[in-house]
Amino acid sequence: MTKRARFENVSLSFETPKGRLNVVEDVSYDINDGDFIAVIGPSGCGKTTMMSMLAGFQRPTTGNVLFDGRPVAGPGPERGVIFQEYGVFPWLTVKQNIAFGLTLSANRVAAGERDAICDHYLGLMGLSDFASSYPKHLSGGMRQRLAIARAYAVKPQFLLMDEPFGALDAQTRSNMQNLLLKVLETEGKTVMLITHSVEEAIYLASRIVVVTARPARIREIIDVPFAYPRDESIQERPEFGELRSYIKQLVMDEYRAQQAQMRPASFSE
Amino acid sequence: MNGAGVRRFGLGLIPWVGAILLWYTVRWSGFVNVSLIPAPHQVAAKFFELLTKEGLLVDIFVSTRRVFFGVALGILAAVPVGFLLGWYRPARTFADPMINFFRALPPIALIPLVIVYFGVDEVAKLVILFYASFFSGVIVMYEGVSQITPLYIRVAQTLGASQAEIFRKVIIPLTVPHILTALRVALGVAWATLVASELIAAQRGLGAMIQNASTYFLLDVIYVGIICIGLIALIMDMILRRITARLLVWQDRVVA
Repeated sequence: MTKRARFENVSLSFETPKGRLNVVEDVSYDINDGDFIAVIGPSGCGKTTMMSMLAGFQRPTTGNVLFDGRPVAGPGPERGVIFQEYGVFPWLTVKQNIAFGLTLSANRVAAGERDAICDHYLGLMGLSDFASSYPKHLSGGMRQRLAIARAYAVKPQFLLMDEPFGALDAQTRSNMQNLLLKVLETEGKTVMLITHSVEEAIYLASRIVVVTARPARIREIIDVPFAYPRDESIQERPEFGELRSYIKQLVMDEYRAQQAQMRPASFSE
Repeated sequence: MNGAGVRRFGLGLIPWVGAILLWYTVRWSGFVNVSLIPAPHQVAAKFFELLTKEGLLVDIFVSTRRVFFGVALGILAAVPVGFLLGWYRPARTFADPMINFFRALPPIALIPLVIVYFGVDEVAKLVILFYASFFSGVIVMYEGVSQITPLYIRVAQTLGASQAEIFRKVIIPLTVPHILTALRVALGVAWATLVASELIAAQRGLGAMIQNASTYFLLDVIYVGIICIGLIALIMDMILRRITARLLVWQDRVVA
């Protein structure tokens, strides 16, 4: 197994008027090719910041975030990002959104191939009937499917997802989880998923990183004992329930610790 | 025209009919001296007289041209300036008080100075209209641009867009709606400022026509002038709205 990404004693802190605010503290772990890592922890704990450093939006204060052995210098098409707020371009049609990355000089392909890739993902994501619609006509779930299709179109080796289904209703959310599993099965990707849903983490991930209340440190890394391909039946298995209670307890402990800190200013992660 | 179109046209007509009825009512109510309010049909007759004998079309053309160039130049300058102010927060902190200072000045107050520096010819009127449209446009631009969310830029970066591509493929499409809004606001302000700019010893133009008519107490001519300004401004706004609707089909709600 090749190491794809690596956090090496990573810390990140801000200077604020009220003193230094540590967001992430001494985090180390590896993400191998084909891993599906879920990062879970109380909201506002700094888990999004971890993803943000690997995506290249933020730099660690100390330590290294490595991708393919090199420190991450900025965002790039080999690391696709799915945002919670979708971020589909409202001025482009569904198909133009998917094609966007392929029109950039970084990953330009011939028009014919571009069309083929777009059609492939339109079909995979169930958006074929909406190819020429604008995003304003799409539901939340469809917008997120579009965002995933757009990220996939440029063939990233790695997918970073920041609470991608957080804004969706329970039904859509579980449909999206199944769709994601199906797509991963056929397309294969290394994934880092930030979530606050324990069920989602267990259902999707191969490894779960539980982080502490701010500053985010690693509380525990747990291997999920279910093989892929998975379906909803695993949620009925006793091991699923045990793992869920165990992780929920961990997250709850950290949530209480976070409440106890009672920081006056609430920082977004 | 289909049924819905007829209905909408009819609904749009009602307030106009109402306004004309009110106009007649006020005139016939006896509360106001009849000689101070020309009747709508008298104004209409005057309109045709001015149109056929006095070259009203020339006045309309001259005024429209002034507004057009004043707004075009003003927006041409307001777009880059407003964009820079909206995009770079420090620039805003730096320039905001000054922009608000100049924006608060009524253009009419500047007329004496403009006469001194630019004389009384076409340039002077253009300067006033430019001033009015620039400052109204710049505010709209920078308020709009400063509210562009960084999310789309981040998305484009993660897809591999270069700085130039981000500008061309993300920032420009996000700026177009604000340019169009700035244009509409500037057009409105420019028509409002037109009369003031034509006070600077204009020979022709709707403002000049109103100005001259007031000297001779030709109330019907004043009415014709005012209605013409309103109508042309309305038509220009409708054209701009069409363009906006065409360019911004993707928006949830067309800027109305």
